[in-house]
Amino acid sequence: MAASKNYGPKRLVVGAHYGVMDFLAQRLTAIIMAVYTLVLFIGVLVMPGFTYESWKALFTFHVYALPLGQLLVTLAFLSLAYHAWIGVRDIWMDYVRAVGVRLLLQVLTILWLVGSVVYFAQIIWRL
Amino acid sequence: MSDTAAKPRPQFRNITIGQIAKYRLPLAGRLSILHRVSGALLFLCIPLVILPLLGASLASPESFASVASVVGHPIVKLILLVLIWGYLHHFCAGIRYLMLDLHMGIDKESARKSAGVVFGVSLALTVVFGLKLFGVW
Repeated sequence: MAASKNYGPKRLVVGAHYGVMDFLAQRLTAIIMAVYTLVLFIGVLVMPGFTYESWKALFTFHVYALPLGQLLVTLAFLSLAYHAWIGVRDIWMDYVRAVGVRLLLQVLTILWLVGSVVYFAQIIWRL
Repeated sequence: MSDTAAKPRPQFRNITIGQIAKYRLPLAGRLSILHRVSGALLFLCIPLVILPLLGASLASPESFASVASVVGHPIVKLILLVLIWGYLHHFCAGIRYLMLDLHMGIDKESARKSAGVVFGVSLALTVVFGLKLFGVW
């Protein structure tokens, strides 16, 4: 393919496509969280009353032996962590130009989010 | 030809922190920067505010009751109100971005209108949840 014709849907694209993957992941995780938000909101609306038991049941209900409530909230939270990683990393890439400082902030962001996931898992999976 | 060559061309460089306040963004621009601000705020509050409250509300009936009394404090209510706004703004603006990604409403006029709709809906919902939070009903 001549370099001068390298445009349009059939253009030659090189690279590892991390950018496209992150773009798609950010949007897919957003959809997962939006759907879970609506599910949780409807769950709160149809609760008989805002008591400890009914609130807890939103996150602990089972379908047969499957802990569906815990699984759904965990999937939503993992989506949140990945979504937040992409978004916060974009903020550092946009505003922090010193490579060392940017790397430090990115590492702190990962630690912050991994710590949050462990904290979350400890809350939800001991119920 | 000669006049255009005589005039120095305007230069637009990256703005500095001090210039930010002087720039007047269009509505969609404000929506965009607030999307980023609300996202960063929510990111910071996950382990600091959201998870502690979630954990206490689920651990036992006693800690559930203690959350209710902590949330009774006006400063906690204010923090939660800001977080509720942040979530709703991020949610509504995010749906707008998903639609723009699907090439829905990408002409200038409808993009400006949808930015207005996002502000309208997210602020109205913030008021509704805020009234609920402050126990108006």
